[in-house]
Amino acid sequence: MTARAIDPGALETTASKSKYQNELSMALVLVGIAIMFEILGWIFVGDSFLANQQRLSIIILQVSVIGILAVGVTQVIITGGIDLSSGSVVGLSAMVAASLAQSSTDPRALFPALTDLMPVWPILAGVLAGLVVGVINGGLLAKTNIPPFIATLGTMVCVRGIAKWYTLGQPIGLLTPEFSWIGRSFNVLGFPVPLPVLIFLFVALIFHVALGYTRYGKFTYAIGANPQAARVSGINIGSHLIKVYAIAGLLSGLAGVVTAARAASAQPTMGTAYELDAIAAAVIGGTSLAGGSGRILGTVIGTLILGVIMSGFTFLKIGSYYQEIMKGAIIVAAVVIDQYRRSRKDRV
Amino acid sequence: MTEPSIAAATRPTKITTDREGPALLSVRGIRKEFAGVVALNDVSFELRAGTVHALMGENGAGKSTLMKVISGIYRPDGGTILLNGREVELTTPLAALDLGIAMIHQELNLMAPMTVAENIWIRREPRNRLGLIDHAELNRRTAALFAELDIRIDPDRLVGDLSVANRQMVEIAKAVSYNSQVLIMDEPTSTLTEREVEHLFRIINTLRAKGTGIIYITHKMNELFEIADEVSVFRDGEHIATRASSDLTRDDVIRMMVGRDISQMFPKVPAEIGDVVLSVRNLTLRGVFDDISFDLRAGEILGVAGLVGAGRSNIAETIFGVTPATSGSMLVDGRHVVIDTPRTAMQQGMAFLTEDRKDTGCFLNLTIQENMQIAALQSGFHRNGFVEQRRLGQECQTLREALRVKTPSMEQKIVNLSGGNQQKALIGRWLLTKPRILILDEPTRGIDVGAKAEIHRMISSLAAEGLAVIMISSELPEILGMSDRVMTIRQGKLTGILDRAEADQIKIMELVAQ
Repeated sequence: MTARAIDPGALETTASKSKYQNELSMALVLVGIAIMFEILGWIFVGDSFLANQQRLSIIILQVSVIGILAVGVTQVIITGGIDLSSGSVVGLSAMVAASLAQSSTDPRALFPALTDLMPVWPILAGVLAGLVVGVINGGLLAKTNIPPFIATLGTMVCVRGIAKWYTLGQPIGLLTPEFSWIGRSFNVLGFPVPLPVLIFLFVALIFHVALGYTRYGKFTYAIGANPQAARVSGINIGSHLIKVYAIAGLLSGLAGVVTAARAASAQPTMGTAYELDAIAAAVIGGTSLAGGSGRILGTVIGTLILGVIMSGFTFLKIGSYYQEIMKGAIIVAAVVIDQYRRSRKDRV
Repeated sequence: MTEPSIAAATRPTKITTDREGPALLSVRGIRKEFAGVVALNDVSFELRAGTVHALMGENGAGKSTLMKVISGIYRPDGGTILLNGREVELTTPLAALDLGIAMIHQELNLMAPMTVAENIWIRREPRNRLGLIDHAELNRRTAALFAELDIRIDPDRLVGDLSVANRQMVEIAKAVSYNSQVLIMDEPTSTLTEREVEHLFRIINTLRAKGTGIIYITHKMNELFEIADEVSVFRDGEHIATRASSDLTRDDVIRMMVGRDISQMFPKVPAEIGDVVLSVRNLTLRGVFDDISFDLRAGEILGVAGLVGAGRSNIAETIFGVTPATSGSMLVDGRHVVIDTPRTAMQQGMAFLTEDRKDTGCFLNLTIQENMQIAALQSGFHRNGFVEQRRLGQECQTLREALRVKTPSMEQKIVNLSGGNQQKALIGRWLLTKPRILILDEPTRGIDVGAKAEIHRMISSLAAEGLAVIMISSELPEILGMSDRVMTIRQGKLTGILDRAEADQIKIMELVAQ
């Protein structure tokens, strides 16, 4: 208080602090959870959770695919919609990309004439597959009156079917080393940083800027906050929704490419239920399902919270069944806490 | 402020009752703060059984907060509430309802997919022997209740299919079904037509005769003298005075509300009328309005009068492309234009302040800055997709000062502003687009007296700067005070265009009434 009285610029900083207050408190939650695992680790495992570079890089690697999806779905949720198709798109685009990334050493390659291609082709094909699904999602919403939940539920089922039909259910293996390179790690300042992590952070940065500082972002929030008012303000809602869902689809496609590259193979069931993790990450990060609010920074933190929890459970040698049970509970708890906090703030 | 509005043409006269009845509800020394801001400061007032007690005051004066305390939504920080002389604890709205205090909110709280009868008797449904809901009994009870109140609605209809007025009747019936002794109505007539208002007042008279105490919040001065027995005026969270409405004049009430005299409500500045900017030719929206033709000139304010439901707002929406016309044409500056979306209308230099601030105006969860800039982003203030936030911020700041939007910061959410300030911010939104044609639909509805005068002054000076203005209003004094010409609409048809000199209340009433 005294500092504010002295420093005339203090008002500015309090304003900007409150702007990121949600993200700040989520970051504190993240740190709190990590410390909790650190303490539990010493008690039950006799080992440090955090002082393990490899573990930290695996945490973020594991969630980078979910993170890329979550960046897309956050934008969709801000418009007041939902995208259930992202997990299926991961499966499809992994299959499409892998089918064009096969090595000529595979005698049973899907397209024997298209082996040993430059990695740019499978990447483009995978991303494009996602983009097409996204445009279909957005187009359905723009041209019909069906709710986003139903539209993307439909494409979710369809796209999974297409992914299985593509090879009649067979997995695709023996990918070129150039393609699998996307899943590798690099040495950045002495730390091994996996490329998928860099892709995730890069995508997050781009859309953090896009939502905060461009017309695209302003219109996205406006549509979610009040679609009728947005329309009267001259926004073409249909074409904007196509853009938002197309971007979400494209990011899902990218996530599929990364998934195939990391596994150096592809299966049609890849990405199953990822859409739910992505939505959970966005919601934990403070994006409201009612639309009109949410930020990418929050989603990144939400993604990390999910990752820390999962790897923490593994670290404590808690069985995978228990992990799932706890994960569900944590998602609900995060939203309950968030709503409680908001309602307290609104009452002011 | 409000001379008799159109809606006030014919109505049953007030039944006078004994003023010296016992206090049904006494509120003593109520105090309520929100984060250090005093919303109610030591407020006391009394409601007598069998009377209608009107509450008046500018937005933010504390009326709604007090009502929320009385109906159990807010808990007061100090003071006591006595019902029939006994102190009561109102912890929740349900507790208040069970004690016989019912509130009918501005936003109606009914469940649209359920029937009228189910809505009224919810959580008190009659059961049959199997423990299932006895629908025959349910409908019978509802019919009896409706007969008592002279309401004619089929108890089996879905609430979602009812008009706003009928939903309000259902809400009132629901409150009565609780045998409520105290009934609170928050601006009940703001969306009703003349006949519906008449019906509402009949019901109020029935309830008053039965001994119910009715607290009636309103902004409409004429209603006050028609229906209220007593009037309490609030200002800045304090109770200023309570008087019998027969002892008061309009000016007295205004003076108490604003704490000063308002000498000139409609500061119309004579403006130079220029060329025709917009010509509307035979505009038709099938089933809604027919064959509307008029010209609008630069510097002119064209008032549009008509009853609620006559199609005034629909015409405005069609001109702005919200609901494209089924036939007819429009010319801007003498050139034919096709307007089928708000976007195309904005490209022709139009701006449209909609009737409903909440539904089609504000982005309640976004900041004032974001609310103001959104329309201007369609045509400018961006480079390569990036918003020119600095320039935009400066322009918004300038407008905010010019329009006197009262807020500590542009980063405040607009939901925190009063209705008047929200409206000014929305006018700012459209001025940022540098329009040539400004369509205003009920620009001062639900706004307090002070802000109203400021908005009138603003509209006047915009016309003086050469803007062409179409102003729809249900308040005749506003229409007469502001307009250069008055266009009258009756049941979707244009019935006349009057010059300022020839327009008066009687002529307009004749042209708009059925």
